[in-house]
Amino acid sequence: MNMPARGSLLGIEHLETKEIQGLLNLARRMNPQKSRPLLRGKRVVLLFYEASTRTRTSFEFAAKALGATTTLVQSSGSSIEKGESVIDTGYTLRAVGADCIVMRHPSAGAPHLMASHLDIPIVNAGDGMHEHPSQALLDALTILKHKRSFKALQATIIGDIFHSRVARSACHLLTRFGVKVVLCGPPELVPDVSASLVPGLRVTRHIEDALRGTDVVMLLRVQKERLAGQKIRLQDYIAKYQMTVARVKLAKRDAIVMHPGPIIRGLELTAEVADGPQSVIVDEVHNGVPTRMAILARALGRGK
Amino acid sequence: MTVERKSILIKGGHLIDPAAKINAPMDLLLRDGRVAEVAAPNKIHGADEKFDARGLIVAPGFIDLHVHLREPGQNYKETVASGTAAAAAGGFTSVCTMPNTVPVVDTAEWVSWLKHPERGAVVNVFPIAAATKGSKGGTLTDFAALQRAGAVAVTDDGKPILDDDIMRMALRLGAELNIPVVQHAEDTRMTENCSMHAGPTSFRLGLRAASAAAEANVVDRDVTLAQQIRESRLHVAHLSTSDALKAVRLGKRAKARVTCEVTPHHFTLIDENVGQYDTNCKMNPPLRSAADREAILVALADGTVDAIATDHAPHAAHEKVVEFERAAFGITGLETALGLAVTQLHREHKIPLTRIVELFTSGPGRVFDLHERGTLLRGSFADLTIFDPKKRWTYEAAKSVSLSQNTPFDGWQLTGKVIATMVGGKFVYRAA
Repeated sequence: MNMPARGSLLGIEHLETKEIQGLLNLARRMNPQKSRPLLRGKRVVLLFYEASTRTRTSFEFAAKALGATTTLVQSSGSSIEKGESVIDTGYTLRAVGADCIVMRHPSAGAPHLMASHLDIPIVNAGDGMHEHPSQALLDALTILKHKRSFKALQATIIGDIFHSRVARSACHLLTRFGVKVVLCGPPELVPDVSASLVPGLRVTRHIEDALRGTDVVMLLRVQKERLAGQKIRLQDYIAKYQMTVARVKLAKRDAIVMHPGPIIRGLELTAEVADGPQSVIVDEVHNGVPTRMAILARALGRGK
Repeated sequence: MTVERKSILIKGGHLIDPAAKINAPMDLLLRDGRVAEVAAPNKIHGADEKFDARGLIVAPGFIDLHVHLREPGQNYKETVASGTAAAAAGGFTSVCTMPNTVPVVDTAEWVSWLKHPERGAVVNVFPIAAATKGSKGGTLTDFAALQRAGAVAVTDDGKPILDDDIMRMALRLGAELNIPVVQHAEDTRMTENCSMHAGPTSFRLGLRAASAAAEANVVDRDVTLAQQIRESRLHVAHLSTSDALKAVRLGKRAKARVTCEVTPHHFTLIDENVGQYDTNCKMNPPLRSAADREAILVALADGTVDAIATDHAPHAAHEKVVEFERAAFGITGLETALGLAVTQLHREHKIPLTRIVELFTSGPGRVFDLHERGTLLRGSFADLTIFDPKKRWTYEAAKSVSLSQNTPFDGWQLTGKVIATMVGGKFVYRAA
């Protein structure tokens, strides 16, 4: 077991504040339209054990915009299907010449396992319910573009916090910059223990309380199967927590509405809110590429 | 095991024999595999051989109620030979083996097989047999036949008996035969896909986690049954939560024959030690909260806990160096138990050495009725553990005699080291 290679990004929790700041500054300077061959000759492997649209394509575009070569390895159609372990897959990819592995895995901690055995940087593209650091960074970039600074902001995260790696990473990142974060949802999805994640969090069951005076409304996808598993009636969830135009009005006038996607219209939010003037959902996706360019540039030592 | 013919004098040591209420400098004469004489210093003469025990504690041989020696079927993890060698190095002279092997030890033949000299055991092996056929929870095994073959208890360890009727039947049959039923208390309906204890750490790591209630509910139910069924004997394996302790206390107060054991890792570590997905901190029951650990420390001191048991659970590297959620449950523990007990219980928490020795000897001896063991009264088996309670040493997993090295205690500096282990009057381990 070794320390992760320099440039690895395993989570926000253990990232130094100045590193987060550095990544955000770098992301602002990245322009996906103007290719910069910072990573020419580098090989980036996208190792995806789980489905993904946004994260995978934006990492791929980001790598290509920087001049790197990419290849996609998924569980189906690879040796993973034949029972190869995470570490052996890592050794193989390293041996064929990978300079960096971007990894998504359904098990929390899988990228940490990989990073402790390989000498190349590992970028966590989402591990189980644990962290999704690139999403938190692109969300932070999105907030900064609309709010200029994190100073005195309040963010409200609504939905299935328990199962959400996006929520965990967002909580770590936003509280680090002094943002007051309010978590809202039923106890089955937002257990009381959620508030223990990091200082500066508050849990509430009441959406009015959660929204009043907030600057950022962050919605999370709610999976119907999970509601059923927790014996929550879909109609009850919608009645209590769905984001409607009327509810958005409880937040500050200039509040922004965010969602990491994929969104389910009619469940966690109405179509009117998704397409409304305060929605920055498409912006977030847009910011994904420059953010991931910054992450890859840093990973491969070109992040200055 | 062969009997030592030569007599040997254990001289100059400090004897702690809780069953005999001795805590004083004493010499011991061992002959023909038994304790021939216990006397004040320098009173015994004329032995064939002498062992200088000056500065050392001489105790009855330690008894471990809960080990996995992985035979039959999983000898890549451990064998009776390698596991008992690790036991000897840890000061254990008797180990009780769990039946969750491949196949499950659910017949008299397998019990005899485990006890056969060809297995190469260097300490006494007391098999615990399965309580239900294949440990499937359906039909009870033939307790009487298993007992005749040498089984000291029955259990479906790892696969708790959840069905009320089956548990009731097991306790009834156990009562008739005076054999304890050991329960791994876990309501598995509440712990599906769980890999650690539910709390702030599991939330932070994004791991599905088991609540303390999953253990306590089963212990509650079992203690209630044990109170209802006259003469039944319930032993709670690796108890890990404050609430389960409460249930055990109630049962004991009601004079039910309820006993329990605690592992060194549960009195040493807590859920936070999982750190960044350390699979050597993954076991079942999981490491619990700091409050649970505190409750266990109190119960170890006040007598609620009957025994320290290791739950020695060896696994190969390929079963541990994987994603946390996929990693096998369990850690090795035979070689570190005494060091952890002296370091954590005696030095940190001021529990007297006499109580610690009791938890390793007469306590477990009583739980499974291991007559003439767990004490050094004249006539008892000459099983001895001789240790230095002040010796500081560093545990190195790579030097373990176990076939596996899955321990969270690699590199730990411990106080309290086994100097010699004797079974039937013969040395089976001597510190280098």
